[in-house]
Amino acid sequence: MTSTLTIEPQSEIVAAASVKTSKMPLWKQEGAEPFLRIENITKKFGEFTAVDNISLDIYKNELFCLLGGSGSGKSTLLRMLAGFESPTSGRIIIDGVDMAGIQPWKRPVNMMFQSYALFPHLSVEENVAFGLKREGLDRSEVKQRVAKMLDMVQLGHLGKRKPNQLSGGQRQRVALARSLVKRPKLLLLDEPLGALDKKLREETQFELINIQEELGVTFVVVTHDQEEAMTLASRIGVMNHGVIVQTAEPHDVYEYPNSRFVAEFIGSVNLFEGRVVEDLPDSVKIDSKDAGKILHVYHGISCAPNQKVHVALRPEKTHISKEKPEQQENCIKGVIEETAYMGSLSVYRVRLASGMEVRVTQPNTTRELGARLTWNDEVYLYWDIDSSVVLTS
Amino acid sequence: MSIQTGSAWVEGSGSRLAKYNLLNRINWGRFSVIAIPMLWLAVFFFVPFLVVFKISLSETAIAVPPYTALLDWNLEDAFINLKLNLGNYLFLFEDSFYIDAYLSSIKIAAISTVFTLLIAFPIAYMIARSKPTTRALLLSLVILPFWTSFLLRVYAWMGFLKKNGLINEFLLSTGIIDQPLIMLQTDFAVYIGIVYTYLPFMVLPLYSALEKMDITLLEAAEDLGSKPATSFFLITVPMAMPGIIAGCMLVFIPAVGEFVIPALLGGSDTLMIGRVLWDEFFLNRDWPMASAVAVVMLIVLVLPIMMIRNSQGKEEAV
Repeated sequence: MTSTLTIEPQSEIVAAASVKTSKMPLWKQEGAEPFLRIENITKKFGEFTAVDNISLDIYKNELFCLLGGSGSGKSTLLRMLAGFESPTSGRIIIDGVDMAGIQPWKRPVNMMFQSYALFPHLSVEENVAFGLKREGLDRSEVKQRVAKMLDMVQLGHLGKRKPNQLSGGQRQRVALARSLVKRPKLLLLDEPLGALDKKLREETQFELINIQEELGVTFVVVTHDQEEAMTLASRIGVMNHGVIVQTAEPHDVYEYPNSRFVAEFIGSVNLFEGRVVEDLPDSVKIDSKDAGKILHVYHGISCAPNQKVHVALRPEKTHISKEKPEQQENCIKGVIEETAYMGSLSVYRVRLASGMEVRVTQPNTTRELGARLTWNDEVYLYWDIDSSVVLTS
Repeated sequence: MSIQTGSAWVEGSGSRLAKYNLLNRINWGRFSVIAIPMLWLAVFFFVPFLVVFKISLSETAIAVPPYTALLDWNLEDAFINLKLNLGNYLFLFEDSFYIDAYLSSIKIAAISTVFTLLIAFPIAYMIARSKPTTRALLLSLVILPFWTSFLLRVYAWMGFLKKNGLINEFLLSTGIIDQPLIMLQTDFAVYIGIVYTYLPFMVLPLYSALEKMDITLLEAAEDLGSKPATSFFLITVPMAMPGIIAGCMLVFIPAVGEFVIPALLGGSDTLMIGRVLWDEFFLNRDWPMASAVAVVMLIVLVLPIMMIRNSQGKEEAV
């Protein structure tokens, strides 16, 4: 300690190092205390199990996305956090306090509803002030905090309007302001951008991230939109049939999906079915009828010889060319059946000899039309040994 | 030159445009849709009102019909005589009997309306929150009484309320009371009659307002720290306000002029304007006085309603 104070350059290094450790996400730090702990939560509606024994830790300042299709149980889980539904079994612990039996109006949690649920008979200001007034704060403080919050979401000039006089994007921001003004420890967002058009949605995504970083509130976002989850989230929990299938950072969920469901749900993917023929130390060889040859994949999985597996390959990680490439491994022949020009990239559907259709996307790096591949072109598809993933489930 | 012709052309086209607009401005579809109910109102409401108003300005006479004509003329002497008698109106305000009758009617109608609202709100709320399948059943139960004659139902209440009626017999047999309660021919019986009769008119508009309400609003209120009771007054009641206003008007207005219920269930001291009207008309055969009573009643009812509607319209326009 003393030495770092006396020797300047060294102290800088120490400081830099400490910044680095604090920047390391909490969920990677061992022994970090989770802010929100979900323990073996199950919710049944009659015979139907909406949420099936989920356990999940969410840390302070996280922007956690629950991603899943409709009926995956993500909204039910969120409603249990808010206190609108009580779990059939299991515990929810927020900031060290067990939420069992705690009424929604007593929880340190606020929710932004999918429909925004703005009070139509109250003005924007009154909507935002609603929660503060329930706390019994004095008028001047309510007024000041409402004004500050409306300024933050850039609606300071519209405070006197009624919700039906606002555009969709403005309503969304009122809803956000209303749920944030109470300074909740945990903010729940149910499809926050669902009702916005694409352009507004992209702008708002970044606004949401800025606000989250500025206020240091822990966000739990429910969405069915994988793109939204990818841009917003610090971590994603992919849900299916009431179960969290995979919890990982957006990059890992996309690049290293742990199941066919995740691979297919997030982005598009080509799946080659096959059997393990050779399990090497850090790679595996798979005989795939779909591909018509043996595929070689780097992997981190444990598998038995002759086990049935799938090789998942993202369309954009596949190279496509009319000339035969030098590489022999992971190279298959096919015929282009369909092409689609999308501006920044082109999509090709290639039919293999096995009858399987492979989707390939390539960035349009040149403007020339002549060089482009077209229908009925015989092409070679090839990819790097570490571009694909083996999925056992 | 070219500029002039240009402007002439513009002018010409402008007037053609105006002509086109004039023909087009009368939207015949819209016109006929509005005209039919307007005609209905004119024939069956406005014209009869004018007739009543005219009679109220005449004097009683022993004749058929029993009032004097407003106009009489003699073409030979070339005079037209218009005689307006404001005496009936003056008398209305001179004799405290009429003013008391108005005030008493309004009081009875207002109290009944409040009770109807208090009873109808939970009913409407429950129906609006029940499953869609049970909802239809419950709504038909609300409307079911209309299948029996209104008069019959009021008579049925007489059977309940009278001295040796069902309620008294039950209370006497269980020993809760040892003397029969006097319920029939009291104001209490009138309140029961009005509340019972007009309940569906309150339930239906309340139901339609509550059914439209988004339940997530209540969840949002709870989420923001509001207890259910607070949410009820801050969210549910304001959201149901159109239904509350409509229901109260549907109950209050006919209740003020109610005749049958006070006549059958009320006592001799139950003073209501409908009864006064009946007495003036059929007992005193004073048609002009009866008409004046009716006109004033209409004004008493219509003016505040128009004021409420006006303020509502302004609020919505803001």
